[in-house]
Amino acid sequence: MKYLDEYRDEKIARGIVAELVRRVTRPWVLMEICGGQTHTLVRYGIDEMLPTGIELVHGPGCPVCVTSLETIDKAIEIASHPDVTLISYGDMLRVPGSRSDLFHVKAQGGDVRVVYSPTEALKFARANPDRKVVFFAVGFETTAPANAMAVWQARREGITNFSMLASHVLVPPAIRALLSSPRNRVQGFIGPGHVCTVMGYREYEYLIREFHVPIVVGGFEPLDLLEAILMLVTQLEEGRAAVENQYVRSVTYEGNLPAQKVLAEVFEVCDRKWRGIGGIPESGLGLREEYAEFDADRIFGTEGVTVDEPAECISAEVLQGLKKPTDCSAFGTRCTPENPLGAPMVSSEGACAAYYQYRRHAIAAKGTH
Amino acid sequence: MSQETKLDVTLNCPVRLAAQDSILLGHGSGGRMSGNLLRDILLPALQNPFLDRLDDQAIVHVGESRIAFSTDSFVVKPLFFPGGDIGTLAVNGTVNDLAMGGAQPLFLSLALILEEGLPFDTLRRVVESIRVAAALVGVMVVTGDTKVVEKGSGDGLFVNTSGIGLVSSGARLSADQARPGDRVLLSGTIGDHGITILSQREGLEFESAVASDTAALDTLVADMLRASSEIRCLRDPTRGGLSSSLNEIAARSRVGIELDENAIPIREEVQGACEMLGLDPLYVANEGKLIAIVDPTAAEKILDAMLQHPLGRNARMIGTVTETHRAMVTLRTRLGTSRIVDLLSGDQLPRIC
Repeated sequence: MKYLDEYRDEKIARGIVAELVRRVTRPWVLMEICGGQTHTLVRYGIDEMLPTGIELVHGPGCPVCVTSLETIDKAIEIASHPDVTLISYGDMLRVPGSRSDLFHVKAQGGDVRVVYSPTEALKFARANPDRKVVFFAVGFETTAPANAMAVWQARREGITNFSMLASHVLVPPAIRALLSSPRNRVQGFIGPGHVCTVMGYREYEYLIREFHVPIVVGGFEPLDLLEAILMLVTQLEEGRAAVENQYVRSVTYEGNLPAQKVLAEVFEVCDRKWRGIGGIPESGLGLREEYAEFDADRIFGTEGVTVDEPAECISAEVLQGLKKPTDCSAFGTRCTPENPLGAPMVSSEGACAAYYQYRRHAIAAKGTH
Repeated sequence: MSQETKLDVTLNCPVRLAAQDSILLGHGSGGRMSGNLLRDILLPALQNPFLDRLDDQAIVHVGESRIAFSTDSFVVKPLFFPGGDIGTLAVNGTVNDLAMGGAQPLFLSLALILEEGLPFDTLRRVVESIRVAAALVGVMVVTGDTKVVEKGSGDGLFVNTSGIGLVSSGARLSADQARPGDRVLLSGTIGDHGITILSQREGLEFESAVASDTAALDTLVADMLRASSEIRCLRDPTRGGLSSSLNEIAARSRVGIELDENAIPIREEVQGACEMLGLDPLYVANEGKLIAIVDPTAAEKILDAMLQHPLGRNARMIGTVTETHRAMVTLRTRLGTSRIVDLLSGDQLPRIC
């Protein structure tokens, strides 16, 4: 298929790997930020093609995985109201909260629906004025503009039965938190291509000045990732640290300015709790005071809901790239996609689920746990 | 690179959910949750040698004859879609389940569960589709039933068909017959039906030129069996897609199956929709395709017979049965690496970004 086959070509892939072998002189630890990138790496077995010594660790860029337990519990509580229709993206429905998940709420008669776009939720609200329609908005900077747009449009049209449970997260503060950790091992980052399509990559220059690590904004196809790895290794071997853009067919330095404008209009930066990592200051987006009437958290009085993240979960180590999913004793045995114990096993972008789906050889090798 | 970080936490994921105590939509996905439902509730209660084979149909002996017997229920939404409707699906689905046992379909039953308020026109259209589909195959609907449920208790119209057919003398087809060295044949492009239905769903509508592939495969099977009796197993990869059917065969025959990603035919429209929605076409439903596990010496002959048939024009050899990694399906990717093609647990969920 045109525009896909070109980025999945075995011969070119082998060529890039050969070039990597030629350039690499010592081990490097790299992290891909996005869950979508993790998915491609594991699905195509790209990490297995790399020369020994180049280690990829999987970053916290799966929105489903990092959405905090208490946010899921809030969504479950809101969805349990008989006059509420809760709408979200598919993956969110299966994420376990502290006691249940949205699929179970649905099975018990709750009105929970899946859409691809928040504007579909708005359309549903328009057509069903007797329902309180709540859009459960998660995701990084990538999904935020469309969600902002839905709220902006709802206010413009005077739609009063639409609100949003917003739990957006931002990539640069997460990278800062990872790099600030005394246990950090990561020496270079494959930057989030879709996030940067919206935001540009100016923000990443600050990180480089602060921490002196190379960041290459990468795409999501196999050749995108291999090329990004080659660019990172080249910088590392040459002792450079710069922001470079591999994903030039989508990402520009400035990003998508109209999208940034609507983001700034509707959302403001706030502190955010990340599942598996904990609180990170100024790492999220929440609705601005002017849009309080669309804030489901306020409308349904769930602001006070807090749940302690279980401190012993290894997903914290996985999301920080300190551990591989297969290092968990529950992986593939007590924790599987149909009975997920932690969030990274839920979404297909989650590192644990990606390993489970494509790498189950590892379980056999581990013997019976 | 084993600079192991010392873990100051115990290696346990503690967020265990209460065991599932009620039916979720994922139990109807054809993946692992559906399998668990059979294993935990149905098979222990109803166990017998016919049911335990877990094929698409039971083959029972009546006098000298071998009779294939199968049933299927249809709950598709929307009722009408490009390429067919719930009526064509209901006939072709049961006909195909019989055909996968090597049977010539003969008689069908038809049960309709109608929701209060369903327009007569809708019902007439569906019944007309059933008539046409049955006539094309040459099966007769010889018994039936109608029930009406209150508004809100159904989704317009649910259809069940059961069918019987006569198994041709040479055929011994079952999911436990695959042997190392066998070849895997696929009759055409995958994912057409599932993507068509998805493109019509409320809240997900997108424009697509693709139509459901619903079709009766009985004559294709007859042509294949005429070409060679060295067919071990036939499956129509409906819900759960190619991967679920192949995983069942690998598990039942205790063999590995290795697929070649480059050989699996997928329409551009389907590939495009899957890329856009974050779905894997290997898990998307088909309603007019079959997989054949065949003896390597007969593979070319059977493939030729498939290619001659209108429903097998895009047939391909897509893989090999192996002795290694038993009960697993693996895929040689386009980059030359290898990965597992696992059973999905529940429904394939659209990804966020």
